[in-house]
Amino acid sequence: MAVEYIYPDYEIVRDYDRCIVCRVCERQCANEAHEYLSDKNKMVADNAKCVNCHRCVSLCPTRALKIVKSDHTFKENANWTGKSIKEIYKQAGSGGVLLSSMGNPENYPVYFDKILLNASQVTNPSIDPLREPMETRVYLGAKPERIERDEKGRLINNLKPQLKLSMPVMFSAMSYGSISYNAHESLARAATELGILYNTGEGGLHEDFYKYGKNTIVQVASGRFGVHKKYLESSAAIEIKMGQGAKPGIGGHLPGTKVGEDISKTRMIPVGTDAISPAPHHDIYSIEDLRQLVYSLKEATGYTKPVIVKIAAVHNVALIASGIARSGADIIAIDGFRGGTGAAPTRIRDHVGIPIELALASVDQRLRDEGIRNNVSIVVAGSIRSSADVVKAVALGADAVYIGTAALIALGCHLCRSCHTGKCNWGIATQREDLVKRLNPNLGYKRLVNLMNAWKHEIKEMMGGMGINSIESLKGNRLMLRGVGLNEKELQILGIKHAGE
Amino acid sequence: MKRVYVNEKWCLGCHLCEYYCAFASTNEKDMARALKDIRIHPRIRIEEKDGISFAVSCRHCDEPLCVKGCITGALTRKDGIITIDRNRCIGCYTCILSCPFGAVSPSEDGAIQKCELCIKTAGGTPKCVEGCPNGAIVFEERGE
Amino acid sequence: MKYVIIGNSAAAVGAVEAIRKNDREGRIVIISNESYHTYSRPLISYLLLGKTDENKMKYRSDSFYSENGCELMLNKTAVRIDPDKKTVLLDDGQNVSYDRLLIATGSSPFVPPVKGLEKVKNKFTFTTLDDAKRLESVLEENTKVLIVGAGLIGLKCAEGISRKKVETVCIDLSTRVLSSILDEEGSEIIKRHLENNNISFFLNHQIIELSENTAILDDNTEIPFDVLVMAVGVRPNISLLKDIGGKTNRGIVIDERCRTSIPDIYAAGDCCECIDVSSGEMRVMALLPNAYMQGECAGMNMSGADYVFDKAIPMNAIGLFGKHIITAGTYAGDVYYEADQENYKKLFYSNNKLNGYILIGNIEKAGIYTSLIRERTPLDTLDFDLICKVPGLMAFSKEERACKLGGIA
Repeated sequence: MAVEYIYPDYEIVRDYDRCIVCRVCERQCANEAHEYLSDKNKMVADNAKCVNCHRCVSLCPTRALKIVKSDHTFKENANWTGKSIKEIYKQAGSGGVLLSSMGNPENYPVYFDKILLNASQVTNPSIDPLREPMETRVYLGAKPERIERDEKGRLINNLKPQLKLSMPVMFSAMSYGSISYNAHESLARAATELGILYNTGEGGLHEDFYKYGKNTIVQVASGRFGVHKKYLESSAAIEIKMGQGAKPGIGGHLPGTKVGEDISKTRMIPVGTDAISPAPHHDIYSIEDLRQLVYSLKEATGYTKPVIVKIAAVHNVALIASGIARSGADIIAIDGFRGGTGAAPTRIRDHVGIPIELALASVDQRLRDEGIRNNVSIVVAGSIRSSADVVKAVALGADAVYIGTAALIALGCHLCRSCHTGKCNWGIATQREDLVKRLNPNLGYKRLVNLMNAWKHEIKEMMGGMGINSIESLKGNRLMLRGVGLNEKELQILGIKHAGE
Repeated sequence: MKRVYVNEKWCLGCHLCEYYCAFASTNEKDMARALKDIRIHPRIRIEEKDGISFAVSCRHCDEPLCVKGCITGALTRKDGIITIDRNRCIGCYTCILSCPFGAVSPSEDGAIQKCELCIKTAGGTPKCVEGCPNGAIVFEERGE
Repeated sequence: MKYVIIGNSAAAVGAVEAIRKNDREGRIVIISNESYHTYSRPLISYLLLGKTDENKMKYRSDSFYSENGCELMLNKTAVRIDPDKKTVLLDDGQNVSYDRLLIATGSSPFVPPVKGLEKVKNKFTFTTLDDAKRLESVLEENTKVLIVGAGLIGLKCAEGISRKKVETVCIDLSTRVLSSILDEEGSEIIKRHLENNNISFFLNHQIIELSENTAILDDNTEIPFDVLVMAVGVRPNISLLKDIGGKTNRGIVIDERCRTSIPDIYAAGDCCECIDVSSGEMRVMALLPNAYMQGECAGMNMSGADYVFDKAIPMNAIGLFGKHIITAGTYAGDVYYEADQENYKKLFYSNNKLNGYILIGNIEKAGIYTSLIRERTPLDTLDFDLICKVPGLMAFSKEERACKLGGIA
């Protein structure tokens, strides 16, 4: 092509005084950005191929590499940013929809960062979690409305099936297909060791992972891939996926190139065929339809497992949640607009949906107002980045949170947001054998366990500071929260006071 | 005793073990200074073909053919570790003839070289193990 | 228990180290007809070359005998064994009693009868430290040295003395150098290499007559010399056992536990012959690794263990003027061949087994081939095409690799 409209975003900077030409950068870059010149015994790089995933930087034994943002620039324009211009170049060249991965990176408000936590001083003592018991265990599922007794006055066990979590965090739905076998194994093993749950996503469940069933949430999505009786039975809970925060209102598409032998078997589709999840469930057009699926799944599993309904956080989320809470579902999962994905149209990812903090607050409030909050547990997702976000989410009314992106980062993801290319250099979002093996689950699962244990410690510290010794006492306890720099409306929706009030 | 074990399932063929090994045998603190512009002669070597790769270094055998065959007595096994007295080695390569793993190689100065388990200099863990990014090389005690 | 070992080289050391694994108490007596601490005989050429010295030549540390509780009798020659009384008679008339006896007497250079040999003043053999020292003492710059025998000993000698800037001529009855370990092409490569290093050859010739400073060959060529080295070969020292009716051929016949035909008498090292597993035939394989391992095997069995050494094969690692040669096994069967300017490789195989190999130049990972011969590995269990080209563990099955390297599948 004679005209190259797009200048590379990143530059690979090599310190030639430190480069020992070990060629690890070359061997480890699936994008082939590095090249060895044998006649000069020298490494060179092609910036245009770099996705800024830091694989080379992380493995370079002499720290000879770094990736910097190119300072090449367009004429300054507050309206027509370089990004906008480049996207137009791309589309003018390709005629296609722009694709992106992971969560919405745009500069929308992050409400978690405008909420601060309380701590006890003088009048109500704080608790030292190193000295006193601190409960982070939660149970998810519908809670009975009243105590029931039989004619002899004995208690009737009217408790519906519950999920027991050692801490209010779970690994969110990521399908085998969108992420690798080794990533799945890491999540499954970590969930098992931690006493929490991971979620299969809509890609079915590899037979090897049936043994982690007690810590597995299996998903039933619009494509119904990999759904069969054994799949449902090999789980702790079943999740009906109605929507996803990264791409509300649209379906999914796993390209045929990623559908190899194993994935074909797991998804129950032919090798090499595209796996297309339709935008809607074609049998669900109302809450009544949803109720039918909820009860079909309960019937299929003998009412032994909670059913989760997952939706994307959108404008009418409170109303929708109210409907779901009446559908027989035991848990509602709400995925905010920052939620991640293996691939989504850029415009959808970046412009559709609402922040999870607002969605959560309004759903919790609505269900309380309607007196049906105990019908369901609420799980929120969509960019829970730290234990502080967990604590804030619980105080806003969540029973637990899902983490996806944070878990992948623990596994090595550098958020280069190139999952859709299938060449993840960290062995996470890829099915290429040579790349998948880069993620050793023996190491990966330990990193996940470490992360969760660290968060658990921090959650206890924060709870203790507030004088709270049980996560249940924090749930919906919005008095523990204060907003900073928020307007009246935002404070009203969040149901919190402004700092200083 | 603790030994170096290699699991090819996790070997990426990145060759970092070779560089960390070569670095371990220098006295430099900085790898760039140690290995800049030199050709390395590591004691651990990657074999690779068709997407399979694995590192090979001295297995420190209980019945070491290299030690038994050494014509000078330069190779000895003590506390489970086979070391070479480079001062006595005359480079006849009988050990290369003997080693069933191909883990002994000639060095630049004529004596042979092999992994001598750099645990003393490397602080308890051999450098190749420490430098492996994917847990393909481990140093552990196993039931034998 | 009293162990007596006749000999003080690799086999003896192997035996001592093995005995002490099982028996810390028993007496060990070592009888040596030399005056030295145990030393490595193959190093004598390196001594002349200056690559080692008398101290570094010691095969084991100075404290070896004391650490292992050995009684060392130097400068004593065993003359006769009395297997009924279980004693060994020494040349000084002493009788040494034993419970278990190891004959590790090695071999002696063979000096063929040549007319006029007695007239040569400066004539040497080249197998012991004393030989080397004596030879070195007469060498000066431009001394003309005639080496009879272009085998391992003769050529290592030629290399060793090259440091003295002597003029070396080498003569052999065979048409080739190193004819016992190389094939024709390999011999030619080495011969050329040696010629480039100023060794001259008269091959396919023999000396018919010697005078003090001249050798007359069978074609009447006269070769002047100052020093004559007889390196035709060695003969196993078998007489101690042969004299008392023990079973011998060329060497003392031993079984896979290094037992001789006489109870409580074991033998190991260059004085023995045993099964060569690469050919299945009885052979004398006079080489240090086998000596050590036979000695070790003998020592284990002498001290009560049940230990088998049945993996002896001929093998050699030798360097000559910077060119390395590694060979092993028997050269029979189909041939894999590869050669370039610097390197030469031949593998010999038949009946699904590797029988032998010759490597010149690039000798890396030769031990992988050696182990295929030694272990009689069925070649259809590995990628033979690959291993021919590239010796390595890659050619083995994944399971075999996991077993060798400790990977968990």
